[in-house]
Amino acid sequence: MNLETLQTLLPFAAIEQKGNTYNLTVPGENLYEAASLLKKDGFDFLWDIIGMDYGDTLGVIYGLSSSAAPVVLLFLKTETSDKEAPKFDSVVDLWDSADLYEREVHDFFGICFANNPDMRRLFLRQDWRGFPLRKDYDANPELNPIPLGNENLADMETLPVLNIMNEDDKFEVHETVFDKSEYVVNFGPQHPATHGVLHLRVSLDGEIIRKMDPNFGYIHRGIEKMSEAYTYPQILHLTDRLDYLSGTINRHAVCLAVEKGLQMEVPERAHYIRTIIDELTRIASHLLGWGCMCMDMGSITAFVYGMRDREKIMDIFEETCGGRLMANYSVIGGVMADIPPNFQKKIKRFIPYMRKMLKEYHLLFTGNPIARGRMNGIGYLSREKAIALGATGPVGRASGWSNDTRKIEPYAAYAKAVFKEVLRSDGLTFDRYIIRLDEIEESLKILEQLTDNIPEGNYAAKTKAIIKLPEGEYFQRVEGARGEFCVYINSRGDKYPYRIKFRSPSMTLVNVLKAIVPGTKVADLIMLGGSLDYVIPCIDR
Amino acid sequence: MEVKDIYIRNMKTEDFKENEYLEEYVRELRANGVNIVVAKLDDLINWGRSNSVWPLTFATSCCGIEFMSLGAARYDFARFGWEVTRNSPRQADVVFCCGTIVHKMAPVLKRLYDQMAEPKYVMAFGACAIGGGPFKSSYHTVMGVDQIIPVDVYIPGCPPRPDAMIYGMMQLARKIKMQEFFSLSKDPQLWDLIPTYIKELKLKARELVYLLTHPKLWDIEVVNFIIAIMEKKGGKQ
Repeated sequence: MNLETLQTLLPFAAIEQKGNTYNLTVPGENLYEAASLLKKDGFDFLWDIIGMDYGDTLGVIYGLSSSAAPVVLLFLKTETSDKEAPKFDSVVDLWDSADLYEREVHDFFGICFANNPDMRRLFLRQDWRGFPLRKDYDANPELNPIPLGNENLADMETLPVLNIMNEDDKFEVHETVFDKSEYVVNFGPQHPATHGVLHLRVSLDGEIIRKMDPNFGYIHRGIEKMSEAYTYPQILHLTDRLDYLSGTINRHAVCLAVEKGLQMEVPERAHYIRTIIDELTRIASHLLGWGCMCMDMGSITAFVYGMRDREKIMDIFEETCGGRLMANYSVIGGVMADIPPNFQKKIKRFIPYMRKMLKEYHLLFTGNPIARGRMNGIGYLSREKAIALGATGPVGRASGWSNDTRKIEPYAAYAKAVFKEVLRSDGLTFDRYIIRLDEIEESLKILEQLTDNIPEGNYAAKTKAIIKLPEGEYFQRVEGARGEFCVYINSRGDKYPYRIKFRSPSMTLVNVLKAIVPGTKVADLIMLGGSLDYVIPCIDR
Repeated sequence: MEVKDIYIRNMKTEDFKENEYLEEYVRELRANGVNIVVAKLDDLINWGRSNSVWPLTFATSCCGIEFMSLGAARYDFARFGWEVTRNSPRQADVVFCCGTIVHKMAPVLKRLYDQMAEPKYVMAFGACAIGGGPFKSSYHTVMGVDQIIPVDVYIPGCPPRPDAMIYGMMQLARKIKMQEFFSLSKDPQLWDLIPTYIKELKLKARELVYLLTHPKLWDIEVVNFIIAIMEKKGGKQ
């Protein structure tokens, strides 16, 4: 892929190149054409759709990548000056993951996507007034008072669709999610097995699931809008609370993006410490994910075992930075404080302990015929479907899609460690189960190599008291515990970002659940959710 | 009045940092004296209640993970008899409100609270549940659960350590210990009302017994409700 081939492919587009990143700007009416040409050209992974309010115009940025050449990133941009009824063509028939992303942009910016079959709000209540991420949003609490009564769920049944037959002939069609004859069961939002406040409505045929409709927003905290009024060091502490199980990794991403913008030299020591902390977080997250998945299958013991071993990592965190779950450790330019004297000793004691425990997990649970019977043969996700849905992380790798950002674009100290990307090919529930345990093993290898070699020097570079990012767009992707976590910052030279967008790896996982549950038993729904291991506050942001 | 006699097995009174509010509460409850038989029965029941509080598994965000830690091997709240986490609000005594409550979740939490059986308690766990926490400037956050439901114990932290949670649990245990389960209601208005209605409406002995043995029902609304029923009966005759 180079500039010339792209230009001949899309003659109507303005293209800029910056290393492996291409910025394409196309007029709104050519959007669908450009998207379908790029899809044909191999850009089969739509990782996010970013809504933008540029002030006078509203815009959409499509983040594209290709499974064959994942190092290439492509930003397809388009704008419209119509702020009253902005609309673009939907790309939902090209990429399956576009479904939720378009609904999100619609919810936050009021942009309609023509021919998307489902234009409900995604996070906010259906009767919410205003579009919160627009710059002229009126945040007066009187417009949207807190519902204090014990009221019914908002209407999620009718699907507003904007169908465009030809230029003048446009009308809205109202369809419903479920037929009146269907037997619909509510699952959540308060349910221990949803792993957070996720609301699923499931249509059942006896014990068999026919269709599932997820409903988000029960923990939507508006982090992206809040960040627009916060300075960069202030934003950092919100990132820990996105996907709290891989909080340090999220924080690392924002630090890297800001450092890239400031062109700051980060000491090597800080890179090593950050990598070690990230890997410890990944192990802790996988342990919890493993424990919860086993608990969903009815094994409480596995949960207690997982939490017991997780406490060892929490001890290391506590000694290093004072926090257990929220480490708040990375800062712009390095880390908050130097490592304590027996940091290395504790990690070296932890590695053989964890290896021993992994053997025990395999002995007690992996080989258990009941567990194997539950996991085998259900929840098949093909490689093509995983890419189309954008299921990054362990879920995608269990289907054979090589998508580990630590390998594609090594950041921090990952280039200095030898480890392999665990890949499996079957894409079944058992693969998603075993891949987490294998990744713990790989993470231990990384820890083993880095712990002894932490270079001497400063643990943080000196930064200015007020950090102002130069005008421009900054992007960073890292490998979170559940998949690719991306940060997109649009700066206008201020100490606050003009727009910040986090790519949630968990959101696509719920879409995967929606795709794989039809035809399975209702009891397996909970276990399939456990095998995908999504974190709801990361979806809702 | 000293609160020496608020005894829970797990912690001494002087280990608690703040005792004033409980002393005030005890003073209020004992203002008109306590019947010795009923008070002893209270003690017995409250001993049982404070050692077997069943929490609802309710967690919206990060604090839920610390709640899970509390339930797991190291911190293990089963030591205090709190381990029977219920998934149905109808079986739960206390809701640990772990995490941020947002506009969309508020009616759900209210409904869960309404579904719980009396006596019920609420613990606001973490900065978000107390007052919005780090998300105070958000357009979609409820500034504390006490805007929706009454709260008994506040546990600060982001997220609080499991140790802090145990401290909060002990505070709630002490509050439960001090409450009156059997004792008669102290609402003077009620005391004035009830005998007159009993005389006037000639309550049947069975109904009288029912009313006297269920003092928990004696708030003004219930009495009004009973009165309305009696009046209807009178009207028919």
